Amino acid sequence: MAALTRTFRRRPRRSEAAEAQGPSAAATPAAPPEQTPVDIAPNDPLLAYFQSATGAVDIDTLELESPALEELKAAGVKLAVPLVSQGELIGVLNLGPRLSEQDYSSDDRKLLDNLAAQAAPALRVGQLVREQEAEAVTRQRFEQELEVAKLIQQNFLPKELPDLPGWQIAAYYRPAREVGGDFYDVIPLPDGLVGLVVGDVTDKGVPAALVMSATRSVLRASAQRLVEPGEVLEQVNEHLCPDMPEKMFVTCLYGVLNPETGLLRFANAGHDLPYVKTADGVIELRAKGMPLGLMPGMDYEEKEATLEPGDGVLLHSDGVVEAHDPERDMYGFPRLKEAVGKFPAGQELIDSVLEELDAFTGPGAEQEDDITMVTLQRSSGARHAQAASNGRVLAEFELRSEPGNEREAIARVEAAVAGVGLEQSRLDRLKTAVGEATMNAMEHGNSYRADRPVSIRVLESDGRLRVRVTDHGEAVELEPAETPNLEAKLEGRQTPRGWGLFLIEKMVDETRVESGEDGHTLELGLRLEGGGDGDA
Amino acid sequence: MATRELEVQVRREDGEAVIDLLGDVDSSAEQALMAGYAQATDGGAGSVKLNFAGTEYINSTGIALIVGLLAQARTHGVEVKASGLSDHYREIFEITRLADFMTIEGSSDA
Repeated sequence: MAALTRTFRRRPRRSEAAEAQGPSAAATPAAPPEQTPVDIAPNDPLLAYFQSATGAVDIDTLELESPALEELKAAGVKLAVPLVSQGELIGVLNLGPRLSEQDYSSDDRKLLDNLAAQAAPALRVGQLVREQEAEAVTRQRFEQELEVAKLIQQNFLPKELPDLPGWQIAAYYRPAREVGGDFYDVIPLPDGLVGLVVGDVTDKGVPAALVMSATRSVLRASAQRLVEPGEVLEQVNEHLCPDMPEKMFVTCLYGVLNPETGLLRFANAGHDLPYVKTADGVIELRAKGMPLGLMPGMDYEEKEATLEPGDGVLLHSDGVVEAHDPERDMYGFPRLKEAVGKFPAGQELIDSVLEELDAFTGPGAEQEDDITMVTLQRSSGARHAQAASNGRVLAEFELRSEPGNEREAIARVEAAVAGVGLEQSRLDRLKTAVGEATMNAMEHGNSYRADRPVSIRVLESDGRLRVRVTDHGEAVELEPAETPNLEAKLEGRQTPRGWGLFLIEKMVDETRVESGEDGHTLELGLRLEGGGDGDA
Repeated sequence: MATRELEVQVRREDGEAVIDLLGDVDSSAEQALMAGYAQATDGGAGSVKLNFAGTEYINSTGIALIVGLLAQARTHGVEVKASGLSDHYREIFEITRLADFMTIEGSSDA
């Protein structure tokens, strides 16, 4: 049977007059098949009538203040059979007069009622399928947009961070499923200065990603020409304002670091305040300024702070502090500030905050907004001075004293020495020595305490590689390594353990222990000679 | 190099019990290693072979575990062999003199 009605649901708009061939063999076409559909307005009382009708409705005798009813009458419709499924009107079957010009009999009506009872659920299923298909298409389009936004975003984040002797820079960016407009940048500037940027575009998806890429480009260009961070933000604001889409703006913190002196000059366009971990506690870097792109002619206050040896800065986006736990409490600034104070700086801080955040939001929670963190840490003074006289720093980092973190130490030292031409067998020995030295520092020096990190520096000078592993243990002398007595161990007269220091000494060319008030340093030395046949 | 907690598989080969070590031999390996040894010697095997071909990382704690296993084997009169060691760890087995108490078999790239 041909579909006799236009399908509709909830807010039906129209039904078609019948092409009345079918339900009853006696029925005859009352009108040409091309008859125009009859519109039923959503507020037409006819809808309510059809909805509650118990069977076929005689149109001719029906009295209602209804424009649609008039239209049906005019179109020659004699009988309307509402199609109701689960109490919901989903269509109407309109029939013209019978071919025999007799009235519809009670048998006809019964047949039509039965037909309607069968057809309505089938029609409903068809409608649902069609709705689902439409939803799937919408969803797919949405996912594609997210992909595009992600691509734009990732394309404009730095591929790698510059190597700053005496400083450690680490960055982290994790987009939310519905990508936001976070960005960060580390910009090499004239005279050895370095520009640091963290920003956040309001809104999400492709629009935010596009504004983010524009902001980043303008900022990069301005940063090369202007020295003062406040002027840079002023200029970026001037550029952004004319083309900024309505209801969008950008918060952004921009700082210029002098790596030699530790002086950080910064300005802030309404972005979350960075935290600095100092010897005296955690402080905020405050500077006033409106977000970018809201209105032209804005001034940006400029402030400065000196990062002393050992100090560390955390720049972050609101995705961190605005994360919620299952009870809808926010992670908030106080928690983040506390985290900066209690965890080691650098990559370790980022990892620790992420761990805390995941625990806070609970398992399986969807990330609400992009999360961005950039950390900048100045090496402690003595070691920094030493670095200057002792050659090139290949890597410098801190690790938390946790079982298994020696693997992280091994991986990072291996990456740091990748370019120095160490042959494979010597690289393997170095890796074992670094792993053992780190374990030793975490276990014996730091007693696996969370507030006592292990610091590792990798230096190269005069054909020698040196890895310095420093703990924060009490001022006690490290015992010299003894050659383990394997026979005694096998006979159970000695513990099977006690191989660490012995292995370290066998793996490298020289070892040196320095003990100070705030810890011990074990230095591993390896000559770079004979690296020709290696694959390093 | 990613960490990988040790798993062991025990099989018989030419009347010998072979313990295939898959993963890291470090402090987290103790249970798996000892369970492997117990399973391997369950039928009264006279010889046990540790196959390190699936191991990329052995540290001093792992060495201590192997020493412990070796000590246990000696009291039971079980011979212990090792195979599948990389050049690096073969060198460590020599430096620690473990190689004096167990037969090291096979080419390094087994």
